[in-house]
Amino acid sequence: MPVQRISGAQLGQTEAELEDEAHRGILTTTLGKAVAWARKNSMWPATFGLACCAIEMMAAGAADYDLSRWGMEIFRASPRQADLMIVAGRVSQKMGPVLRTIFDQMPEPKWVISMGVCASTGGMFNNYGLIQGVDTIVPVDMYVPGCPPRPEMLMYGILRLHAKVQREARFK
Amino acid sequence: MIVAELAERLRARHPDAVEARGEVTVVVSPDRLLDTLSSLRDEHDLRFTFLSDLTASDWPGLDLRFWLAYHLLSMEHLHRVRVKVGLPPRPDPPHVPSVTPMFPSASWLEREVFDFFGIVFDGHPDLRRIEMPEGWEGHPLRKTEGLGGVNTRYKGAFIPPPDQRST
Ligand code: SF4
Repeated sequence: MPVQRISGAQLGQTEAELEDEAHRGILTTTLGKAVAWARKNSMWPATFGLACCAIEMMAAGAADYDLSRWGMEIFRASPRQADLMIVAGRVSQKMGPVLRTIFDQMPEPKWVISMGVCASTGGMFNNYGLIQGVDTIVPVDMYVPGCPPRPEMLMYGILRLHAKVQREARFK
Repeated sequence: MIVAELAERLRARHPDAVEARGEVTVVVSPDRLLDTLSSLRDEHDLRFTFLSDLTASDWPGLDLRFWLAYHLLSMEHLHRVRVKVGLPPRPDPPHVPSVTPMFPSASWLEREVFDFFGIVFDGHPDLRRIEMPEGWEGHPLRKTEGLGGVNTRYKGAFIPPPDQRST
């Protein structure tokens, strides 16, 4: 295939030439954007249900709400196979180091959703038992408020995260 | 068995057994604890062979600040009794003999009471914290502990709770 056929607008094609290529059914993009598109459409969440929020996360993955519409119905039990950690529920003080270990075991690139007020700030449990915000231990990309968030809210958070993953490609 | 009858039977040996709201309570001093529990366990008309719960409460300001409660169940006679022990605030931490050699089910319960109230059970085979992380300072269910948010303690880092964080 001739080189200029797949080159992007940066190579100085005119509008007319691009139009021409579009008619031939060829889409030009950057490699980063294509990779981000693949990543966001096939995320592999790690199972990290810690409390009541996990029930809503399971509901989101089950038939009624069907997370597989965005290619992420399989929750991996091994962090080595996952790139998204949904912290679903309150994190106890003793769980903190475990959570960080699991996060560290996930291969790059990886993202974290903090699901529910407990994971985000400690929520109503302002006491000795819980870590007051999981963002003190792992970097959080998306906070989903609610107690518990409905599956729709989690799905909205996931879609916002998808948008973020796609947007990040511009800076890579 | 009818509770009143159990209370009657207990009063023969423990004159201060109280019956209230369908429950029987025996209050003993710490040095009488092991004798009382072993007699409750071994005497044929009592036979409290199972320690179903062990817990504590904290009453700062009282002469006997910590109160331990041992809940015993007799599988044979299907009756229950509560044994209470009061401990003074001094010395801190308070000491009480462990009943784990007598009732193995007390092992984790005593660790829990130690963890939350800082009561030391002498003779416990492995008295460590059970619910709070190793290296935690303080005993969170004592009334003198602060209420509210705690620092995130992680690998030596300290991050204050959200309402005390500066942005
Ligand atoms: S936010 Fe609510 S539902 Fe979620 S873990 Fe906390 S208490 Fe449970």
